[in-house]
Formats: sequence, C-alpha cells, structure tokens
Amino acid sequence: MRLEILNSLNVERAARRPAIVVTDVANGDQRLVRATELMHDPLGEQLAAQLRSGRSGMIESGGRKLFLTIHAPTARLVVIGAVHISQALAPMAQMLGYDVTIIDPRTAFASAERFSDVRLIAQWPDEALPRLAIDHYTAFVALTHDPKIDDPALLHALERDCFYIGALGSRRTHAKRIARLTAKGLTEEDFARIHAPIGLAIGAVSPAEIAVSIMAEITARLRLPAKAERSTMAAAPSKVAVP
Amino acid sequence: MLTGEDDILRTAEEWRRAGHGVAIATVVETWGSAPRPAGSSLVINDDGIFLGSVSGGCVEGAVVTEALDVIASGKSKLLEFGVADETAWNVGLSCGGAIRIFVEKVD
Repeated sequence: MRLEILNSLNVERAARRPAIVVTDVANGDQRLVRATELMHDPLGEQLAAQLRSGRSGMIESGGRKLFLTIHAPTARLVVIGAVHISQALAPMAQMLGYDVTIIDPRTAFASAERFSDVRLIAQWPDEALPRLAIDHYTAFVALTHDPKIDDPALLHALERDCFYIGALGSRRTHAKRIARLTAKGLTEEDFARIHAPIGLAIGAVSPAEIAVSIMAEITARLRLPAKAERSTMAAAPSKVAVP
Repeated sequence: MLTGEDDILRTAEEWRRAGHGVAIATVVETWGSAPRPAGSSLVINDDGIFLGSVSGGCVEGAVVTEALDVIASGKSKLLEFGVADETAWNVGLSCGGAIRIFVEKVD
C-alpha cells in the first residue's frame, strides 16, 4: 500500500466517512475509493453493494480477483440517561469497540464520580445531540424513562437513521410512548425501528444483565442479515405473549 | 467496523513516517470455520512488532516472518494457511478452516 493511500484512508476514517480499498491480489495494484466517488467508479455498483453489506470480500472483475476492504466508520453508542444500567453498559460497549457518549441533563446522575472513563454530557438531548453529528453508524439507546428527556432524543435518532434504536420501558410504558409520538407525527414504520422493550429476552434482572441484553441486541442488529435478525426478534415476543 | 482498525492503520502510518519498514497483512479469503473474517488485518514493522490479528493467534508468527520478507523485498505475497497445508501441524488452523492472507509493504 502506498503511503499516500494509507494516509488518505486514515483521513477518511478520522472524518467518519466510509471508504473502500480495492486490491488486485495477483499483482498488488491498489486504489482507494471514497464513498463520494462510488458513482464515478467503473466498479461503482459492486463496490456500493459490498459497502452496504458492511463486509470486506473478494470479487471477480474482468478475470481479475479483487479484494475489497470495507472501511466503515467505528460504531458509536449514544446513551440517553446516566442511570445505573448505563454504568454497566458503557464499559461493555467500550470493550466491544464502540465509541460511547452518555447524555443526561440531570447533573446528579451525570457526574464524573459515577462515570469516570466515558464521555459524559450533562445537557438536554436537543442541545447535546446536534453537535454529535449522529449517523447511520450509531447505536442509540434511551434509558431515562422520562418522556421529557427520551422522546426528543428518540425523534433525533430516527431522523439520523441510527442502525439501532432502543428504548427502555415496559410494554405499557412503550404503548404510552407510541401514543405520545404518534401525536408528533411518527408512523408505524418509525415505531418498527425502535426496539422496545429494549434488549434480547434473556430474563435479565440486574442492571449489568440488562446491559448484556442490550449489547446482544445491538450486536445482532449490526452483524446478522436484516431478515434473520427480524425473525429472531419477531420470535421472541410471541414466546412471552402466549400464556 | 468495531475491530479497532483505526488504531492499527494509524499506527502503520506513524511507523512508516518514523522511518520504519512496515507491512500490512489482510485476510482476503476464508473457507470453513476461520477465526477472523475477511478484512481483518495485522500491521508489522521491521522490528517484528505487530498489532491486530488475522487468526486466533495460530498463524501470526508465520505471517510476521513472511511480512519481514515482504518489507525487505518490497513484493507483495499471497499466503495460504489451512489443515491441508504441509506445515499445518506447526502453523495451521486448529479450527479446520483455511485462510488466504495478502501481505503488502507500505511504501
């Protein structure tokens, strides 16, 4: 790899812009294709498909074997609520490679004593969120139970097309949430994108266990093909709903 | 995503700018149950220091040796590891899979 390709790649990654390195493994020929250049690339369609899959892989083109290294931005986790669950969730997510930010306007919760090794913003979501430039490579969880804090945050997450959106609360709490947000113009399609009750059904009780169930659900959303994940998710509620 | 590759590639660039010989090894193909998916990479410098992984630790030693060779020659290499490999007992994958690794110099 030429140093200028490596440098350009690192610039794209630092700016959270997707990029693909195309390598002819037979002779080492190589080029970098930025997300914005996909349209003009002769292999544009194949590259775009590979980027959507999020996985690096080999393709054949004109009798040549080309390896496509997909460089998608590092996933972020934005947590609304500096609550007990967040104290377990933040280190777990960091261990899984997420860049974690916690937002809670309540300074009694959002204190450095409670959260020492994570970015903590003691502001209202509508103040803090726009500056974070949240994107598709972000997992978003709302954990405060407080509609004043969670609702505007969820609206923002839906708008920014986060790959995972979860909201804490029982089915009853979520039903009330749906009623409130419907009044704000959200549709069933929007609600289908919110995982609530949050987390995989593993019988989690303690804050740390709930954090495990949330990270497991986020991982499934990230790694499983959309269809398989949906059927897993669809299967879980029906098991508990049937008496 | 999620592999800490940011640090690995940034380190590779820093090593190169500091005057080190540097190579990048990338898993380009896998068969069967391979420990790391395609796209996983390892960066190596001419002191034999490496970061990242291309397997569960099974073949890294051999890859580093080959990478030092690539740094010296400047010519990229395509390596293959698997149970069918004659050196499998030493550097094969105990999981029964096979992988192909592309090793290139940063220049």
